[in-house]
Amino acid sequence: MDITPTQTLDASGLACPMPIIKTKKAVDGLKVGEILKLIATDPGSVSDVAAWTQKTGQELLGHEEVGGKHVFYIKKAK
Amino acid sequence: MSEETKRLAIIAAHGTMDAAYPPFILGTAAAAMDMEVAIFFTFFGLQILKKGRIDKLKVAPIANPAMPVSIPNIIGMLPGMTAMATGMMNSWMKKAKVAKLSELLQMAKELNIRLIGCQMTMDVMGIKKEDLIDGIEIGGAATFLEFASHNAITLSF
Repeated sequence: MDITPTQTLDASGLACPMPIIKTKKAVDGLKVGEILKLIATDPGSVSDVAAWTQKTGQELLGHEEVGGKHVFYIKKAK
Repeated sequence: MSEETKRLAIIAAHGTMDAAYPPFILGTAAAAMDMEVAIFFTFFGLQILKKGRIDKLKVAPIANPAMPVSIPNIIGMLPGMTAMATGMMNSWMKKAKVAKLSELLQMAKELNIRLIGCQMTMDVMGIKKEDLIDGIEIGGAATFLEFASHNAITLSF
């Protein structure tokens, strides 16, 4: 995906709910408009990251699977 | 769209390991979703907040037909079976890389979740404030209900 992230968070190996807790902390540390690249192996993260961005008002720019891992790009929208 | 619920109020009333996980998993997830969260630890659930106890909670194999490995009650009642079932459960949790309860407790504190120990349970079970971990509140039903009364989702475990 042709997106340049501001910061990368590797949550590989972490189970629910740690990926979204780490994501929240990382996004809290960003400025509006900056992008977090999140890497996760938890299969539930596909649904959970989408739900998290919807509830918190952040923007999920995209999701892809790379080498069996889920990669998400999240833009801090507010 | 109607106004979104911003609060989650959880009751933790049981002191087994399997019963202690859902309040922390749902509570920390809700806090990560910018919700305000309170967990009320009452009756046997108060054991979760005792110093040094959280990672030593047990799983009971007796009268628990949902164990992934079926354990008949007549076997489950034997000495040592609770320890064995707990050990099995711990190893499955570790394999699935689920965070330890103490780690989730730490997250709960960092996310400013209100952890409320039940005063009445303390009186019933002879538990003193110094027996409980730091960073919690002590309160009664009204403390929890006042929080919950502000349009909270309430879950009980």
